Amino acid sequence: MELTAESIVFLIMSAITLGGGLLVVSARNLFHAGLYLMVSLLGVAGLFVLLSAPFLAGVQVVVYIGAIAILIILAIMLTPSVTQLPAIFNRQWAFNLALAAFFFVLLVSVVSPIMGELGVDAWNADFTQKNPADVPADSIVNLGKDLVDPDKYMLPFEVASVLLMAALIGAVLLVSPDKAKADEGGED
Amino acid sequence: MFGPGESSVVIECAGQSTCTVIHSILTSLILFSVLIVGFAYTTVLERRFLAFLQARVGPNRTGPYGLLQPVADGVKLIFKEDITPARAEKIVFWAAPVIKTVPALIVLAVVPFGPKIAVPWFDGKWYRLSQGLIDVNVGVLWLLGITSIGIYGVVLAGWSSNNKYAMLGGLRSSAQMVSYELSMGLAMVVPVMLAGSMSVGDIIDAQNDAPILGWFVFQNPMAAAIMAIALLAEVNRAPFDMPEAEQELTAGYHSEYSGMKFAMFYLAEYIGMIAVSTVGAAMYFGGYHFAYVDQAPLLGPVVFGLKVVALLVVMIWVRGTLPRIRYDRLMAFGWKVMLPFALVAVAWSAVAVVLDEEVGGPAKLIMAVIAWGLFLAGASFWLGRVGRKSEPASAARVEVVSLSGGSGRMLGVPSALARAVSGRGGSAESEQPRSGGKRPG
Amino acid sequence: MNLNEWIFIGLFFALGWALPATPIVLGKILAPKRPNQVKQQTYECGVEMVGSPWTQFRAQYYIFALVFLVFDVELVFLFPWALAYNQLGLFALFEMTVFIFLLVVALVYTWRKGALRWS
Repeated sequence: MELTAESIVFLIMSAITLGGGLLVVSARNLFHAGLYLMVSLLGVAGLFVLLSAPFLAGVQVVVYIGAIAILIILAIMLTPSVTQLPAIFNRQWAFNLALAAFFFVLLVSVVSPIMGELGVDAWNADFTQKNPADVPADSIVNLGKDLVDPDKYMLPFEVASVLLMAALIGAVLLVSPDKAKADEGGED
Repeated sequence: MFGPGESSVVIECAGQSTCTVIHSILTSLILFSVLIVGFAYTTVLERRFLAFLQARVGPNRTGPYGLLQPVADGVKLIFKEDITPARAEKIVFWAAPVIKTVPALIVLAVVPFGPKIAVPWFDGKWYRLSQGLIDVNVGVLWLLGITSIGIYGVVLAGWSSNNKYAMLGGLRSSAQMVSYELSMGLAMVVPVMLAGSMSVGDIIDAQNDAPILGWFVFQNPMAAAIMAIALLAEVNRAPFDMPEAEQELTAGYHSEYSGMKFAMFYLAEYIGMIAVSTVGAAMYFGGYHFAYVDQAPLLGPVVFGLKVVALLVVMIWVRGTLPRIRYDRLMAFGWKVMLPFALVAVAWSAVAVVLDEEVGGPAKLIMAVIAWGLFLAGASFWLGRVGRKSEPASAARVEVVSLSGGSGRMLGVPSALARAVSGRGGSAESEQPRSGGKRPG
Repeated sequence: MNLNEWIFIGLFFALGWALPATPIVLGKILAPKRPNQVKQQTYECGVEMVGSPWTQFRAQYYIFALVFLVFDVELVFLFPWALAYNQLGLFALFEMTVFIFLLVVALVYTWRKGALRWS
């Protein structure tokens, strides 16, 4: 791999992503872990930009950093009894490590045949070299067209809406049981 | 107007790497300096204009008309002790003001401030370049994403201070900002739909029609109003300054901050004001487009700047007029009023675009006129109804407001808004003992 | 070319970090530093802090964030649709109406359940 500007950016972004991910699992303070998660997601957004997919990078920032990570951080802030523990030591770390290693191997074994089909040498590939030219300038417009095209992704698109609706209704059912009336008049 | 002569060579900057490097570095520096100076003088503008609204004088001793006041403030703050509370989380406490400031600074990277201009360079050639850093094709998403990162600064400050007020302020503001971000995002969908592009430059250029009639505010006033309210809430300005409500939370998330770190929060707030005014002007008020800008591209930034200043003045005026909304009403307003109306606004524009395509001709104009009619009728109905329903309580309330608000003549429409905002029953106010408020006879 | 413009945004981002960090560091050098115990106490309007700041906050904050997440995903779907909208025509409008209608149903349900009420 030659050291072009792209590969330097790639290395920086991967370092941010992986380092953030490692810190998420090793941080002793849950709140810090939530922040490292945000850093890691930011690195992923950078990788998307590098792959000429700025729309996905934007989605990554808006949905993952702006909503999901915020949700996690709010959950941590709202559960003081958990976060106040000085140290959280997970006794199942060996099992979890094995599980993570298994999924990593699984991922590699799924991805590498695909790369073989595409004719990419998996270990010496320079992903950044070829791709930007391949991506049409109006790829987001195409995405919008395909989303509502009956021959393409119309059904998944509408099913996504059903899924979101189910998620919201389920969440509301879980968090607000019948005691909504009993709680009336409470203040901060 | 100066420009390249007949014989001189004009080179498109975009293709040349040296030119793009120099252009982007210079633009970054110019943008940062403009933002810093803009920050300094927005504080002066706010203090002088608020003082005017409240029949005071405001800072006028430092330099002519108080124009050196920000310098004095900065020098004072840099020599102030920077206290870190013993129980604070040191690193996060240090990082929070930086994280709050950075998004406010970089959000404008995707906004062009004028049409392309030709600039002479030392090698005797002319280069055609854009008056902005970079106009990426996902500009609107960039605006949305960077704004959502801005929440972190507040949450981190609130969390790391280890202070109850700060914690509550951080929590409140995160819930508030996510609620209003939704309406902001939906209001941003409308210009994307009308312009058919997510690049801010394309959105601005799509509004280039006649002197001002192309502005998207004329096609969808409701979306513009939602955008304005949501942006106001996004930068936590009055009447949405819940996170730092000084009467209930001392100073909210920055209670524990002092010295230069406090100054950075201050900087972030004002630069955020400038940034959202710029975004609002770009999305709905034509950006740099106005009469003659097409002939003289250098006027672009000036026109843009004037629009931003006008929006800033409106923001300060709103602060001088409206009381803070109670938190439950704030959330209810965000979810039960703003969100449904934002969806309606998007649907309206969608129908308008389809009609324009299928029917053509004057369909667009007719839809715009109907939109304005509905918008004005709805607004006046709402304001009028709210004002009548809560006459005794809100009359007293308005009296209090205008006591501190100076000349009553200036507060015509906003005081109706004040009544609307302070609530129908006026229960929050009527429960508190009001010693200062006089009831009108 | 496409990457280039993002590299400049990255540079802008890096510069943006320096801008607020410099005054803070400068303040650290220039400002006096005389900490004492009283000064470093947590500010609580002059009284001593009782207990920890981690009191029980209401779960409502979390519910709002949850509802926000769902609508944020919807928003993200709206953008490519809006971008291609003027090339799509009536059928796309119909599809998006269905999409949004389902979410509005969910919103109405949340509303009726009282989850949006801050009480």
